[in-house]
Amino acid sequence: MSIKYTKDHEWITVEGDIATVGISDYAQEQLGDVVFVEVPDMGRELDKGDELAVIESVKAASEVYAPIKGEVVAVNEDLEDSPSLVNEDAQSAGWFAKIKIEDSSELDELMDEAAYKEYTEGLS
Amino acid sequence: MLNNVGRPTRPGAASTNGDAENTYTGNRALNLETPLIFEQGVKGRVGVDMREPKDVKSRMGGLERETDVGLPDLSEPQVLRHYVRLSRQNYSIDAGFYPLGSCTMKHNPRINEKAARMKGLGDIHPMQPVSTVQGALELIDDLAHWLKTITGMPAVAMSPAAGAHGELCGVMAIRAAHDAKGEARTRILVPESAHGTNPATAALCGYKVESVPADANGRMDMVAFEAKLGPDVAGVMLTNPNTCGLFENDVKKIADLIHGVGGYFYCDGANLNAILGRTRPGDLGVDAMHINLHKTFSTPHGGGGPGSGPVVLSEALAPYAPVPYVAKGDAGYFLQEYVEEGANQSFGRMKTFHGQMGMFIRALAYMLSHGADGLRQIAEDAVLNANYIRVGLNDLLNSPFDGVCMHEALFDDSTLKDTGVTTLDISKAMIDEGYHPMTMYFPLVVHGAMLIEPTESETKETLDMFIGSMRHLIEKAQTSNNADFFTQAPKFAPRKRLDETAAARSPILRWSAPEEA
Amino acid sequence: MRYMPHTAEERQAMLEKIGVASVDDLFVDIPEDARLSGLLDLPKHAPEMDVDAKMLAYGAQNLSPSSAPSFLGAGAYRHHVPSVVDHLIQRSEFLTAYTPYQPEISQGTLQALFEFQSQVALITGMDVANASMYDGATACAEAVLMACRATRRKKAILSGNLHPHYREVTETTVQFTDFGVESLSPSVDGVEDLAAGLGKDIACVVVQNPDFFGRLQDLSDLADKCHEVGALLVVVVTEVVSLGAMRSPGHMGADIVVGEGQSIGVPLSYGGPYVGLFATRQKYVRQMPGRLCGETVDQDGTRGFVLTLSTREQHIRREKATSNICTNAGLCSLAFSIHMSLLGEVGFSKLAKLNHGEAVAAADKISAIEGIDVLNDTFFNEFTVKLPIPAAIAVEQLASKGILGGVPVSRLLPDTAEFENLLLVTVTETNSDADVDQLVAALEEIANAK
Repeated sequence: MSIKYTKDHEWITVEGDIATVGISDYAQEQLGDVVFVEVPDMGRELDKGDELAVIESVKAASEVYAPIKGEVVAVNEDLEDSPSLVNEDAQSAGWFAKIKIEDSSELDELMDEAAYKEYTEGLS
Repeated sequence: MLNNVGRPTRPGAASTNGDAENTYTGNRALNLETPLIFEQGVKGRVGVDMREPKDVKSRMGGLERETDVGLPDLSEPQVLRHYVRLSRQNYSIDAGFYPLGSCTMKHNPRINEKAARMKGLGDIHPMQPVSTVQGALELIDDLAHWLKTITGMPAVAMSPAAGAHGELCGVMAIRAAHDAKGEARTRILVPESAHGTNPATAALCGYKVESVPADANGRMDMVAFEAKLGPDVAGVMLTNPNTCGLFENDVKKIADLIHGVGGYFYCDGANLNAILGRTRPGDLGVDAMHINLHKTFSTPHGGGGPGSGPVVLSEALAPYAPVPYVAKGDAGYFLQEYVEEGANQSFGRMKTFHGQMGMFIRALAYMLSHGADGLRQIAEDAVLNANYIRVGLNDLLNSPFDGVCMHEALFDDSTLKDTGVTTLDISKAMIDEGYHPMTMYFPLVVHGAMLIEPTESETKETLDMFIGSMRHLIEKAQTSNNADFFTQAPKFAPRKRLDETAAARSPILRWSAPEEA
Repeated sequence: MRYMPHTAEERQAMLEKIGVASVDDLFVDIPEDARLSGLLDLPKHAPEMDVDAKMLAYGAQNLSPSSAPSFLGAGAYRHHVPSVVDHLIQRSEFLTAYTPYQPEISQGTLQALFEFQSQVALITGMDVANASMYDGATACAEAVLMACRATRRKKAILSGNLHPHYREVTETTVQFTDFGVESLSPSVDGVEDLAAGLGKDIACVVVQNPDFFGRLQDLSDLADKCHEVGALLVVVVTEVVSLGAMRSPGHMGADIVVGEGQSIGVPLSYGGPYVGLFATRQKYVRQMPGRLCGETVDQDGTRGFVLTLSTREQHIRREKATSNICTNAGLCSLAFSIHMSLLGEVGFSKLAKLNHGEAVAAADKISAIEGIDVLNDTFFNEFTVKLPIPAAIAVEQLASKGILGGVPVSRLLPDTAEFENLLLVTVTETNSDADVDQLVAALEEIANAK
């Protein structure tokens, strides 16, 4: 499946029943230099819209929300030492967590690349 | 010279470009650097002489320290020089104009400092028998009288240690009052222009914080406020004058509305300076308000504290005030030190001892110096000075809200749009002009906010010079091709702009001995 | 009025520039019926000379520990403060600066804070310390909140021999949160089983060392037991001079150390302002309350200092902040740091030994009085004395002789008959042998009168 986005600027990609989640390149640019990412505990059960992570720049802290319901099955431990990965490669090496999908129909509500592009252009 | 994490310890030390302005020492005439105290000293030196310890059998139960603490050893003159050099890297109100909005950087009279150190005041112990500290208790009671009279409120809790601590006191009293009535209310309404301490405090008291937007006049939006009211609202936390420097002219209606749903009115008194002797919170329907003695009543800010935040309370909230408090009985003044059934319904204790006595002494000396006439003059001159700055700049900078302001003038950054110069850049250029910058990017409701509070201490000459300097900078920013000048400022401060991202990404929060590093 | 510069002519000129007729026109937003027309019912302004005299008069009514033998402690301690300390903290650049939000022109405050944090970390044996809190008790409450956040648990166990005011402040602070505390009963012989209540639901155990009655204990076993169930050990130090002689809390396994720093550099000032110390392990840095100063470099690559990790704080996180705290005890932490710099390794250690030596000598003299006992097996510079009469009465008798003889335990722990005759006595380097002899003679009189 290709990449999908939320209105809160999370991205999500899916392989089998595992979704990988991060924040969009647009979002990292808005945040500026990321200095810390608080990733979720392994095994945490998240509802859609629950706080998944907190991302901190020098002057701001923003919540990142779970785009879908499911259990956290992996977290990006590299972010602890290198939060700058979010700035350098938000949509790949800067991923936050992997979630085991419970209800794949939730994915249908998200935006595709083109829709998200249009959405962000409307914001600036 | 590099320290143990490879960072240069003095200007020029890292320079590889042969900058002609660098000196061998890194100093520049009167700009004197000093390494960390830990990078100085020689083992065996000492800065304090004392008599030899008695030769006794230890009663420490075998828990004696077996290793060194790791402190450096210096002589007294070395320590003195270190701190004198450090002090010279600080800006201060004594040295120059400090128009930091919402912080009330006014003159700090030295009689206050003298009084706080007097024998019988600065050296008395909090646990002395009350019979031996009647003068201290009388002083606290007299200060309480001044605070109650100034605010028109019937009671005051003296022990909170700072403004945010006072907020906690006020909201805890609100929570205790609701609890006593058996009412489990859940929400507190806070305008979005509020200080961050307001929502943080409400959360500590178990309340859900609901933000109320501002209206087009910079006041709380009354329609939105009314829509959020309900029987589950515990209270409202309103700053007045508010953080936009404006008086909330619907304040009495706000009080009536919140009381109408059984809630209480918490007023953040950070900006009391503007209304001294002109109006009293007690006449505006306030139930609780903290008073920052370190703002309105001139106790020194000291580089970030200590403050003091007494809280005036209405009849409805007074019974829940924290212990200890001073009261008068047949044998003179006494301290009520614990929650006691029959004596009070106090919500508890907030501080180790009775409050920030050192700040009480200073604040009372300040009030006695001003008297009723001087206090009113403070408000009038503070407001006069702020409006003088407002009209001095508002053809070049945009005032987001029309009309007169109170003690501080607020501008947004709309006239800097497309110049490549930001509010931050203007602030840093002000440093080179010899000013402490104004408050910036606060309140959050105004884009690129610049909040300027001159206080009553400043002369017209100072204000004229400041207005001239600001006009010069803004005109320069609005002229093309000057962005670099601003983004490179400050040039003349002890340090250039500091890398805050590096500081936060891998925090170094202490010195470590080289072998440990 | 000496503090305000405007003349009537200047005010008029400024009003004209603003475009209003009178200053009243600047206060039009105040509701009409709430405007004050006359002056407040308070005295008018006073010359400095009169204010000086008035303040002296307040002070003259109090019995000053500077001119009376004083043995008071219980959380605040009289120590000699070198003259350099008070001189330096009154320098304009330290005294009248705001919080160092503009680091380019605040390096003095910032470097001093960094040094303070380093000193506190060293003496407590911890990795990091913050830039200070209001006082010891509020630091203790913040430690409990932090432990609950860090462990995601909701309950703290407080030792019965924690300073009663620290217990009360902690209970008050958490009362409206989701967190709870269980406080054990105070026990003068120090017998309590803090480990008994430990379980997977406990966020932390809070214990004071030396405890409220002055007793010292090795907390290493307790630390191990806490860690076995994932709870944190919070150690409270109310007399920070003890750390010059005692094994550090960090060495014993503490996860958070909080304390009152008043003993180093800060005058008694009837209870405040003081300086709360807060130190912890590196892994909990982002859970810490309060300000933190960190090292970085400027655009030229020169070392400098900034306030950092501020995303934990209220001005950014608002209702999700780690604490509502907005200030630190700036000037008091500076006084602490200057005094500690003057002492250094040699002086800090010697000051502690001097205190212990004076206290041991005094305790020996007091315990030799028939009818009076010193209850402690171990102590640093404060110990508990059992008198033949209620201590609250004894201190009044001593005060009438011009001696500030100690703090009655009943003042802090009322309503417990067992504590009624107990007196906390502190002896520091400020007490001479003659002071101690006066106290001993007065206590002998009390014992004989019984």
